[in-house]
Amino acid sequence: MPLLYFQLVSAGLFAIGLYGVLARRSSVLIVMSIELMLNAVNINLIAAASHMEGLGKFNGFDGQIIAIFVITVAAAEVGLGLAIILRMYRQRGTVNVDEIDLMKW
Amino acid sequence: MSWFLFILLSVVSLGGGLGVVVTRNVVHAALFLLVSLVAVAGLYLVLLAEFLALVQVLIYGGAIIIVLLFAIMLTRSAEYPRINDNRQWPLAAVAALGLLGVLMAAFMARPLPDMVRETHVQSPAFADLGNSLFTRWAIPFEVASLVLLVALVGAIIIARDSGEEE
Repeated sequence: MPLLYFQLVSAGLFAIGLYGVLARRSSVLIVMSIELMLNAVNINLIAAASHMEGLGKFNGFDGQIIAIFVITVAAAEVGLGLAIILRMYRQRGTVNVDEIDLMKW
Repeated sequence: MSWFLFILLSVVSLGGGLGVVVTRNVVHAALFLLVSLVAVAGLYLVLLAEFLALVQVLIYGGAIIIVLLFAIMLTRSAEYPRINDNRQWPLAAVAALGLLGVLMAAFMARPLPDMVRETHVQSPAFADLGNSLFTRWAIPFEVASLVLLVALVGAIIIARDSGEEE
């Protein structure tokens, strides 16, 4: 299975996530689209790790370990992001990003 | 067999992703996301990264989807469960297609050196992965745990009712 095919799938998933981030109004859905983009990055990392093992200083796990860090940061991001969304909903009664213009001038 | 699995899982993960961004129902979007993430876990298995597949199913399928569903439940607005998109969604589609084109062109123009592993080759052992994580990557590992701690404490402080103001 050539590396290129995994890279193409990952590009597709990333583009779908970007569309979601730009086109959605609900901030919960934007968080979901960000998860899609992070998964696209992880596919890329793991595919590169398993296809380029033994090249230079690669030892085959490094890509997987960076992917574990990406998953960790994604979990932290979801927790924090949803806490902020919840707070926003309590204070302003909406989670739509175009109605939250507190910092816009 | 490997090809068949790869094509099936790619189609499912891309289709699930499309479902997340086009469906009008928030709960369906979360369930589409679950489908997509589990298919990505299957792709990790095709790549012989069993540990990552396990972590993916546990953390995304088990934890993140549940937290997202809770957030949907707690923040339902007047238009729940149906939601509308931005008015500039065609612009977003153009931007996403443009990025897709650029990424594909870049990947195909400069293919990375490809040391294809045979499918009968064993995947790296869990023990080696753990060794590498706790020796070579020990400091980033500790930093990641600190990031998690700070993020979760911060999430609790942000989300709780601010009782001290009363």
